[in-house]
Amino acid sequence: MRFYAVAVYGFLYLPIAIIALFSFSAGRSASSMDGFSTGWYVRALSNPFVMEALWTSLKVAFFSAVLATVSGTMAALALTGMKGRLRAIFDVLVMIAVMIPGVVIGIAALIALATAFSAINPWLEVVLGRQLSMGLGTLIGLHGMFTMSLVVLLVRGRLETFDRAQIEASNDLGASPLGTFLQVTLPQIAPAILAGFLLAFTFSFDDFIMAFFVAGSETTLPIYIFSSIRRGVTPEINAIGTMVMVASLTLLIIAQILLRTGTLRAKG
Amino acid sequence: MRSSSEEGAAQDTGSEHVAEFIDVSKRFGDILAADRLNLGIRRGEFLSFLGPSGCGKTTALRMLAGFEPPSEGTVRIDATDMSAVPSHRRPVNMVFQHYALFPHMTVAQNVGYGLRQRRPRLPKSEIGAQVDKALATVRLSDFGTRRVWELSGGQQQRVALARAIINEPTILLLDEPMAALDAKLRAEMQRELLDLQRSLGITFVLVTHDQEEALSMSDRICIMGRGRIVQVGTPQDLYDRPCNRYVADFVGKANILSGEVVAREAGQARVVLGCGAEVLVPEGNPDGRRHVDVVIRPECLSLSATHQDEDAAIRARVTHRTFLGDHTEYLLQAEGTGLLQVNLPRQAERTSGGHGVGDDVHILWAAGTGLVLAADD
Repeated sequence: MRFYAVAVYGFLYLPIAIIALFSFSAGRSASSMDGFSTGWYVRALSNPFVMEALWTSLKVAFFSAVLATVSGTMAALALTGMKGRLRAIFDVLVMIAVMIPGVVIGIAALIALATAFSAINPWLEVVLGRQLSMGLGTLIGLHGMFTMSLVVLLVRGRLETFDRAQIEASNDLGASPLGTFLQVTLPQIAPAILAGFLLAFTFSFDDFIMAFFVAGSETTLPIYIFSSIRRGVTPEINAIGTMVMVASLTLLIIAQILLRTGTLRAKG
Repeated sequence: MRSSSEEGAAQDTGSEHVAEFIDVSKRFGDILAADRLNLGIRRGEFLSFLGPSGCGKTTALRMLAGFEPPSEGTVRIDATDMSAVPSHRRPVNMVFQHYALFPHMTVAQNVGYGLRQRRPRLPKSEIGAQVDKALATVRLSDFGTRRVWELSGGQQQRVALARAIINEPTILLLDEPMAALDAKLRAEMQRELLDLQRSLGITFVLVTHDQEEALSMSDRICIMGRGRIVQVGTPQDLYDRPCNRYVADFVGKANILSGEVVAREAGQARVVLGCGAEVLVPEGNPDGRRHVDVVIRPECLSLSATHQDEDAAIRARVTHRTFLGDHTEYLLQAEGTGLLQVNLPRQAERTSGGHGVGDDVHILWAAGTGLVLAADD
């Protein structure tokens, strides 16, 4: 058993470890270790194309995560008050959204958006003198829509352990529905909401496949990495990849901790 | 509705009512959870809604609190129609069954929650002083900074109580607050609640399925069954003059026997029981029926090895005997009636020497004890 465990984890993590290791290489080859240097990191961070792609990725990740968090939290709150068949249908829809392959969502979104744009644009041209096109807006929209289901799952999980009688108690003690939400519900689901935000952010920041279809002329960091690989892999790519990975892992670990403390507190 | 509840209804039209149910019904889909409730709650009294689960008692309480709008009828608090008043504007506070404390707040923050909702805002120092006072009232003075989950069940219960009474509600609602406590703590909490009610002078409305709890604490009990109010009265009323079989069975231990009326005279009925014995029983609410149920409490019967002519007697055999210190419980199998319970005080047993399991004895029914029950709904 132990041998298999080692083999499985090795298979999973060795390539990643090697990339991280090779990113510190002093040589020009991306697939060997020639001396130690942090030069590729310096070079990556001073590459204007990398920085622009990074900035685009951060914008998309932040705004799509905000969108997903707000709409996902609202959806989760609405779903807890719902019972029966309608609730089951929504549950399934949320689960399906998480399980559908990114490539399918990407293509579907591309076709839908292109169709919608070609129908709307002539009118918009007349009314506003402007047209809609693929770009930051579509990236944020698509990522926000997809990661919303992640937020719904997390927040609803937290709401399930939440004693609904607290809401009645708060009302009974004189707090309005809004006051109750702000003082009782929100503080207790906040860890899950924040975790949902971080997860949505990480997902958007790392996503290549969906972004590839709807990015238009925008270049996110994963799209930049993909296109530069076609020009040949350098240790600079390794350095970028390592940085992205460390940042993502950090966010995911924070999200995990938030969820755990939230649950512990709920259990009392 | 039957002797003592009619009496109650007559008094209920007075002005001393802190809350009233007027023809209140509540439907959940096809289920009629409350069926035309009419009840006045008197200012300062300790009233209990008593009944088995699903009888509508919790629904009644929740309609007072404003968590459920009545399907029909009017709930009034302080002579004001509450139809349009949401729960957060009602002058009532509730102690919830599982306390519903806020886990993300300290004990003091929980207790001060109601005061922090007041507009215009109360000064912090004022809230702090009142929280200290409320915590002292429930003997939790040193617990203000604790988290609620660090407390035991009994302590959480007292936090919930402090959180409710700090708002000085017109009515304090208690939804089976003792259900989650063990027996010893429960008895202690019951005493504390009574002391609190006396010192605060607030009207308490308790929902419980525990008849002992209701009997020992209430000024009046409202017995409910299948969404209806069956009988309202003092604990003594309900025990001595239950209006029907349901109440007789629910409040205290009762022997209920069926029989046939052979004669009626001056509020009493001469009833021939299934076993052939003839007894003279008061009739609370004569309705002229021939086949009736008669209730008699275990302590109203006595046992004798010999038959004395002046009393009606039922021949029976002792099947169980349980010595309980101040009294002894006998279960007896009588011909034609099934199991009967007789409680003999220790003093009576000392003089008669008691009876053993398997003994053939006479159950003596003194003329004029027991009660003829009205028909159930």
